[in-house]
Amino acid sequence: MAESYIGAPIRRREDVRFITGAGTYVDDIKLPHMVHAAILRSPHAHARILNIDTKRAEALPGVVSVFTLKDIGELDATVPIRMYKIPGLDKYLQPSLARDVVRYVGEPVAVAVAESRYLAEDALDAIDVDYEVLQEVMDVREALEDKVLVHEDNGTNLAGVHHVNIGDADKAFEEADYTRREEFRVHRFTGNPMETRGILAHFDRGKGELRVYGATKLPHLNRQTIAAFLQLPEHKCHFEENDVGGGFGIRGELYPEDFLIPFATVRLGVPVKWIEDRREHLLAANHSRQVTCELEIAARKDGTLLAVRAQIFGDMGAYVRTHGGLVPCSTAALLTGPYRIPNYEARIHCIMTNKTGMGTLRAPGRVESCFYRERMLDMMARDLDLDPVELRRKNLVKPEEIPYEIGFTRPSKHPTILDSGDYPSALRQALERFDYDEMLGRQGLREDGRYHGVGLSYFVKNTGGLEPYEGARMVVGEGGGVTVFLSIAQLGQGHETAMAQICADALGVPMDAISVFHGNTDLSPFGWGTFASRGTVMAGNAVHITALQLKDKILAAAARHLDADAASLSLEDGNIVQPGTEAPALPLGELVAHMRESIIPEQGVPELEATAYYNSDNITHTYGVHLAQVAVDPETGMLEVLKYLVVEDVGRMVNPLMVHGQTVGAAVQGIGGVVLEELVYGEGGQLLTTTFLDYLLPTSTDVPPIDDLVLEEAPSPYNPLGVKGAGEGGIVGTAGALGNAVSNALGIEVKDLPLSPDRIRAWLRARNDGSSTPPL
Amino acid sequence: MSTKSILNLTVNGKAYEKLVEVRMTLADFLRNELDLTGTHLGCEHGVCGACTVIMNGEAVRSCLLLAVQAEGATLETVEGLADGDQLHPLQAAFQDRHALQCGFCTPGFLMTASAFLKENPSPNDAEIREAISGNICRCTGYQPIIEAIAQAAPEVGGTDKD
Repeated sequence: MAESYIGAPIRRREDVRFITGAGTYVDDIKLPHMVHAAILRSPHAHARILNIDTKRAEALPGVVSVFTLKDIGELDATVPIRMYKIPGLDKYLQPSLARDVVRYVGEPVAVAVAESRYLAEDALDAIDVDYEVLQEVMDVREALEDKVLVHEDNGTNLAGVHHVNIGDADKAFEEADYTRREEFRVHRFTGNPMETRGILAHFDRGKGELRVYGATKLPHLNRQTIAAFLQLPEHKCHFEENDVGGGFGIRGELYPEDFLIPFATVRLGVPVKWIEDRREHLLAANHSRQVTCELEIAARKDGTLLAVRAQIFGDMGAYVRTHGGLVPCSTAALLTGPYRIPNYEARIHCIMTNKTGMGTLRAPGRVESCFYRERMLDMMARDLDLDPVELRRKNLVKPEEIPYEIGFTRPSKHPTILDSGDYPSALRQALERFDYDEMLGRQGLREDGRYHGVGLSYFVKNTGGLEPYEGARMVVGEGGGVTVFLSIAQLGQGHETAMAQICADALGVPMDAISVFHGNTDLSPFGWGTFASRGTVMAGNAVHITALQLKDKILAAAARHLDADAASLSLEDGNIVQPGTEAPALPLGELVAHMRESIIPEQGVPELEATAYYNSDNITHTYGVHLAQVAVDPETGMLEVLKYLVVEDVGRMVNPLMVHGQTVGAAVQGIGGVVLEELVYGEGGQLLTTTFLDYLLPTSTDVPPIDDLVLEEAPSPYNPLGVKGAGEGGIVGTAGALGNAVSNALGIEVKDLPLSPDRIRAWLRARNDGSSTPPL
Repeated sequence: MSTKSILNLTVNGKAYEKLVEVRMTLADFLRNELDLTGTHLGCEHGVCGACTVIMNGEAVRSCLLLAVQAEGATLETVEGLADGDQLHPLQAAFQDRHALQCGFCTPGFLMTASAFLKENPSPNDAEIREAISGNICRCTGYQPIIEAIAQAAPEVGGTDKD
């Protein structure tokens, strides 16, 4: 049977429970004797805690317990750095509850547990905390002056520095015909999954076992960390993910609450639930994106790129969390993009401020660097009087140069290698599909009174990753049904469908015979997580190789049963067949029925199950183009995105329905982030955007229909399926394309975000004051 | 300090009489007292629309209402949308068009769309876009949701656009 499931737009099997209201998200689970926690958070950006008095709160009816740092005692835990451990960052870790000093508005200070969430929140009002308010520092430039220290004992706000040095950038700059230096800024925003964070933890004192519901993204890593914090054996901690209302980088990381709620259940012996509200989410869950870059470019007169130098400043907030220096370092990792730039130097600074800690948001650092680079290329094209498309085409890495090693752009022992692709082909197809030349002709002031502009960005995005593995276990059972147990979690993507497709093809059974289970640490002892578009690359290949191993076992068992040569057998559509013979097909279910008594034969090795892990030392890279057409109203500064195209080569699509869904959804998320969303801090370090009335997410009337073209011209040579991850390509190029489109529309040079009406108006005023004619 | 009140209402065709805290929201009542957990809470301040239910024929945000305000009301939640095992045309179309990913906002969209199609049985895309503009989805980019509602409309409403 030819492969038939991979590549087919199969409807998701997950959907039925979601559309009927039968999904089970963490807040949908109730356990007997369950109590509810609420977290008291700092109202100050920077203050010393002088005293905490919980007596009034503890006396309230329905209050079970109120605890503070001193109750946690020696178990006190800090949020660990798991990635991008730049030296020095480990002096800026976050304790589970503030230790003497609070460093951002929203920092956990105490926990109240009561019979209902209402009563627990009442109790927070009755906890008396005396603070001595300290001066805050909110801007990275100011923070670098070290006049106000976020962590006084450390003596500096510069928590860590990483240096990337490829070729000889200084020499290239000396010899270049053309150089330009600009400073670019990306603002602070965050992922905002529709389901806020939530944890339900139950410590069974009789069994000495901890069960945690609501673990997402990284259940195994979080189990390892929490078990160590609580001094429990890891195998007695069970982390279950349940259904998850979106991830986008933020949800499922380890936060103080991930320790506090399990701690509470161990202390109290009854199940404890905590469901974050949206205000808390905006205050306390990871922020992202806020990276500033001083970027320099060097080129020949003809546009040949010679070198890039960058000073990158990441606003880490008040504590370095699980991702370490990932966001600013990832900004450097792919700053050179799909272009041949032999000399590259970057210095990455991780800087502490009195804001919520920084973590990842879909394509962290890559959205930022694509914006910087693609804006700079448009500026350079204008300076050198070159066509911006031709400038890019000239410098794109050519198909024959791939695999193309950029060099060591990350704090990692692996160099960054662009693994496969035909970059000029994707550009050509994008321009054709967008009708680029026609759209260019519509630029400028139009009859609708608005300025129209077109913008382009080209991106590469690493997917999959170097984290060592994902696993799958597969068991054939009654009726020939195949059960697949995954180590990886799902945040809403559709693993239950996609992994069944992959399994069905590799094994040779109908997809309906396959059940997929995931997101529970009991299913698999080891696993990593769902991030960096690695689900299909890592878990998909784990399923593929496990299914091939299982197929060999099935055929060996069938060969014995049929007294045939295993090599003469094949498994097709759930039947064992002997091609080229008249032998009748043996349904897999019949083989199982025959074997029921001897599925585990004398040598004790189960014959009808297999477990395998997929490891990877290489990163796959998707690539593609974003094209945007915008209109800007000069009176109001309102930006409307009229037309938007994403072209991405993902190597190979497992399920086109889901790949398109990822691409379109990511593009809208990206447009929202670039145009609408911003975490705004005001006086005294107060976060002003703590509701969805203030923090604007894109709605159906804010975005145009997104066109997408998904290519499969360059399967990755690095994995058996040839797949690359499809979760982030739709977002990576949004800031670059929109920044260029607005610049082209208004004849200005956009250097910072968001593209909000007030800022656009300010840029227009500056343009009109500064010169009578726009610089275009 | 708590005050309770007797509440009578009908949800998905079933009559209930319950003693409730007067300060309890309708959303919490549906989820915690009736175990109808298909109604989700995304913001708890009336912006995201995930908690949308139909009260006396009108789409409302159950996080902005107190349960006691539903005294005597007839409510429909996502759990009441299908007819037994037979999916409502909107539900079927949402699956067909891949109009959901994580599924968290989906019940709110389904209830908003269900009420909308009763008002406007044969809407064009712009009208659909407008109708769902009070519901937030972070996964899909809205496009497949609009397509799904358009696809379901003839089956739900029955009449063609004039």
